[in-house]
Amino acid sequence: MAAVKPAPFTYRRAATLGEAVDLLAADPDAKVIAGGQSLVPMLNMRLARPGTLVDIGALSALDYVDVVAGRLEVGATATQADVAAHPLVRAHLPVLAAAIARIGHSQIRNRGTVCGSIAHHDPSAELPAVALALDAEILAFGPRGPVSYAAASFFTGTFDTALAADEIVTAVQFPLPAPATGWAFAEVARRSGDFALVGCVALLRTDAAGTVEEARLALFGVASTPVRLPEAEDLLTGRPATAEAFEEAARVAAEHLDPGSDSHASADYRREVAAHLVATTLADAFARTPAGSTADA
Amino acid sequence: MPEITLHVNGREHRLDVPDRMLLTDALRDRLGLTGTHVGCEHGVCGACTVLMDDRPVRACLTLAVQAEGRRIRTVESVAPSEDALHPVQQAMRDCHGLQCGFCTPGIVMSLVALHERAEGAGTVAEEEIDETLSGHLCRCTGYRNITAAARRALGADTAPCEHAPEGADR
Ligand SMILES: Cc1cc2nc3c(=O)[nH]c(=O)nc-3n(C[C@H](O)[C@H](O)[C@H](O)COP(=O)(O)OP(=O)(O)OC[C@H]3O[C@@H](n4cnc5c(N)ncnc54)[C@H](O)[C@@H]3O)c2cc1C
Ligand code: FES
Ligand code: FES
Repeated sequence: MAAVKPAPFTYRRAATLGEAVDLLAADPDAKVIAGGQSLVPMLNMRLARPGTLVDIGALSALDYVDVVAGRLEVGATATQADVAAHPLVRAHLPVLAAAIARIGHSQIRNRGTVCGSIAHHDPSAELPAVALALDAEILAFGPRGPVSYAAASFFTGTFDTALAADEIVTAVQFPLPAPATGWAFAEVARRSGDFALVGCVALLRTDAAGTVEEARLALFGVASTPVRLPEAEDLLTGRPATAEAFEEAARVAAEHLDPGSDSHASADYRREVAAHLVATTLADAFARTPAGSTADA
Repeated sequence: MPEITLHVNGREHRLDVPDRMLLTDALRDRLGLTGTHVGCEHGVCGACTVLMDDRPVRACLTLAVQAEGRRIRTVESVAPSEDALHPVQQAMRDCHGLQCGFCTPGIVMSLVALHERAEGAGTVAEEEIDETLSGHLCRCTGYRNITAAARRALGADTAPCEHAPEGADR
């Protein structure tokens, strides 16, 4: 007989969002399946044994990217590949495309969704950090109606979020950075396609003279959730965007990080890589601001 | 067991499959299409890569029931006839891009998708070829010959393969 590896479950394909919510509410052991690129490996290894799988893949109304009122909104069934290639993303939020490019391989991004990655919340995943850096809003729907969560309170721990078990993420809204904001995304992984050991998202806005007006930094792979670095952000604000300032921000970042050690990397290594990424992403982000691109580097 | 319709290699199949059956097992065990190989079953190795609506995806990370209504193509569909090879297959042969062949069907499927896009767009960027191949693990050959085959098949390199075996027919 054919090898069927996941433990038994009942598969239900939802035709509407309302039906998906009803199906999810009907079984306390039900789980949503979107792209399946994290869930099916867990089923195959029997790390997950849901009673019911509610497939939202046919909800084509949620397969969209829109820009509305200064926010880029990505629907629940939009694949990572489609989002990264989308003209609105390329034009308005290139940092999102850069982050997606580092998710696994193209073959995975063809099925995996942006919202699925955020709902799954692997602490070494790229998109939760982008969501945190941009103060994204996670929109969900459940038996009690629509709900929304701020990224800052959504990611609660490894593979854990504020989403209730009977709620479905319907979209993520990324506020667009103010005009003339520079951005950078970088991560260190053992091989191309592997999960990152440490990664960093940086956004930097300066005035015409190159004085920092706003800095946003989010690191991932250094804690059970992505982390913002308010101390380093505050230190930069009001100061000239120079290599010395970026180095100092990196030092302050390292002081405030308390990464764990695991079989992939030690805490000290992670801290050092994180500091290095803070300095280099800030420099890259500055080079993408009007002041930084005219200053000779 | 749900009864589903699978569109595979241009044909429709009515199948009763368990909810939990993976697409790999439906293709191999139910349809006899054993060209789709199974290595890791968690999305890492790429041996099971098939085209779903013209895009390469992991068949081991897709439930058969999820494939209902989607167009699946496997390596069995790639050669134009019994005695001709697809340009991607021909390049893999010319450049000696395989040894045991276990990883080969998946690589061929990813490259066929790029080839079809290149035919529409003219060429494919070299980085995209490397990125595509990075989604496949080969334990035999290293990647030099596979990369050379991919570049040739996609028009990124027109020089003859330096690693072609003696007497390889063209
Ligand atoms: C080889 C390989 C390498 C990978 N590398 C990376 C990487 O480098 N970085 C990275 O970030 N990811 C990586 N991934 C994971 C991949 O990006 C997944 O696509 C993503 O994490 C989950 O999205 P999905 O749509 O596939 O979700 P699924 O696998 O379908 O679901 C994942 C979890 O989220 C829940 N969920 C999904 N969508 C919703 C929703 N709309 N509402 C509520 N709950 C939902 C599910 O119930 C499940 O618990 C990799 C995967 C593989 C197989
Ligand atoms: S068997 Fe599917 S990726 Fe390895
Ligand atoms: S040829 Fe043997 S695994 Fe690639």
